[in-house]
Amino acid sequence: MNINTTKIISLLFFIFSAFYLYTAYQIQVFAFDENAPFNARTFPIYLGYSGLFFSGLKLILPDPDTIKVEHRTLEYKKTALLIVIAIIYGATILKVGYFLTTSLFLFASYYFLGERRWVLMFLLSFPFVAGFMYLLHGVLEIYLRDPFLKTIGVMG
Amino acid sequence: MTEGILIGLTTALSFQNIFMVMIGCFFGTIIGMLPGLGPMTAIALMIPITYGFDPATGLILMAGVYYGAVFGGSTSSILLNAPGVPGTVATSFDGYPMAQQGKAGKALAIAAWSSFAGGTLSAIYLLFMAPSLSKVSLSFRSPDYFALMILGLTAIAAFSSKGQFLKAMMMVVLGLMLASVGQDSLSDITRFTFDNMNLTDGISFVLVVMSTFAMSEALTIILKRNDPTAAAKQVSLTELGSIKINKEERGKMYRTIPRSSVIGFLIGVLPGAGATIASFLAYGMERNLVKDEEKEKFGKGSVNGLSAPETANNAACSGSFVPMLTLGIPGSGTTAVMLGALLGFGIQPGPRLYMTNPEIFWSVIMSMYIGMVILLILNLPLIPYIARILAVPKNYLIPLILFFSITGIYVMSFNNFDIYLMIGIAVVATFLRLYDFPMPPLILAFVLGGLMEENLRRSLLLSNGSWEFLWDRTLTVCILITTILIVLWHIYKTFTKNKP
Repeated sequence: MNINTTKIISLLFFIFSAFYLYTAYQIQVFAFDENAPFNARTFPIYLGYSGLFFSGLKLILPDPDTIKVEHRTLEYKKTALLIVIAIIYGATILKVGYFLTTSLFLFASYYFLGERRWVLMFLLSFPFVAGFMYLLHGVLEIYLRDPFLKTIGVMG
Repeated sequence: MTEGILIGLTTALSFQNIFMVMIGCFFGTIIGMLPGLGPMTAIALMIPITYGFDPATGLILMAGVYYGAVFGGSTSSILLNAPGVPGTVATSFDGYPMAQQGKAGKALAIAAWSSFAGGTLSAIYLLFMAPSLSKVSLSFRSPDYFALMILGLTAIAAFSSKGQFLKAMMMVVLGLMLASVGQDSLSDITRFTFDNMNLTDGISFVLVVMSTFAMSEALTIILKRNDPTAAAKQVSLTELGSIKINKEERGKMYRTIPRSSVIGFLIGVLPGAGATIASFLAYGMERNLVKDEEKEKFGKGSVNGLSAPETANNAACSGSFVPMLTLGIPGSGTTAVMLGALLGFGIQPGPRLYMTNPEIFWSVIMSMYIGMVILLILNLPLIPYIARILAVPKNYLIPLILFFSITGIYVMSFNNFDIYLMIGIAVVATFLRLYDFPMPPLILAFVLGGLMEENLRRSLLLSNGSWEFLWDRTLTVCILITTILIVLWHIYKTFTKNKP
């Protein structure tokens, strides 16, 4: 059986809109605002109904331009790896600091995408990040917190 | 007005701003040449850097990136039949056949001069039209603004989605839903935060742009095994030939450019339309206007066929600044990104912008001329060299895009929750892209969400909760009728397309 993924997405959006609408009705407003023509929950309620309306229409109406995606040709492994290292990057950046985590993130990304020219990989990670950091921190005066560089005495 | 122009000229001609236009045009040309990476990605990547500058410089930089990306897109259309951006698809109809005939240099020169002329003429139209429209828009009331936003969102959904209107409308609603997260602007009541303090201030605009464009485009390229740099590698190997345009060809361009610039500019002004529709309309119009002898050359390397869409797409870029600068309502996804960036600077574009911040209003218009000259200098002699720079392997390009995206978010909040949120939105956006759910309507809706709620609030409070405000004023009614016509036109087009 062929499952139309666009319809599944529409169904998910329908469920999401229903949840959004339910949450919109739960928004606590001030007592004096309860019966006002417009309060904090009015607009979200309209949005919830709009979401139900459009996704409902997409679900009901025929879909002559069905998009077919050939999943076997998609590169899930590398994409998932990139997402995982981005999550690890997010988890470590505050503790380790911008320079080391960003450089390692770039180095790992090049590696997982199949690059093996080590010197180039190194140049486009550590010195590149150092240069970019100088641009942000030194030239544009955008503060970058970096416990690692602070520990080794490079940054104040 | 003269004083404003002089202020703008002084600001635009400062060394820093000329340098920014150059950087923007150069960077935009590179990104625009890469199929799949459009002007929105290029501008999104630039936003965090612009926050280090004053608003005028930031906007000038983003505008330079915009023209550069459209310009760069035409190069890959002509040389490889692989348009970098949708606005340059029509360019490939006659540009690519010309390149195949060994006249690639000439095709590039025609495209460059047409873009230059189109951009310059439309900047002149903008110069005169923007202040007048600003004055007119001062009479707009909340119901008119609310209706105008409905029109903008409907139009971008109708025009951006290649027959997928409902999908685009779902993206509009999703964008508005994302914009509703955080504190209500009037009562300060938190909404949809689920007791998470990180969401109290709402979701950052830069985060949404970065995740739905830059990051999700990078992930899509990996997922689909595309190689955007493959095209660039071929460009450097192409024999370009002479870039000289003869007298007869110039004569044809003189007739094509003025009319195409007018149509391009007017289409650009319309909310939701933009460079793609402008270039197709100009191409179609030109084919109808030329002599039968020339008509037969269309699709086989016609000078008029190449000049018309190139003039129109650049004119449309300038035209799309009109609703943003004068009404504070962006007409396209790209100008929505710029509007979001301006709001980030604490500046509210709108009818009073040219009075309250003349240096921003006029310097952007003035920088357009400078940008066009720089693009002409860039595109003609430097294209083969730029193409060589582009031959950066995909294995480096993708991590660098991810790096700029994540860094952009990190330096704005120094909060890893934003990085997680960004990854989450990017994954969803990548999945939606696979099934042709368009992202520009989401961005436009996200940017307009707050303003839309504000104007609906005022309208409903003034009319004591009645929806009569929608037909109380002639202007509101006119705008709503236009919206209905767009929807009906779209339904008609879908119906006729699916008819056996």
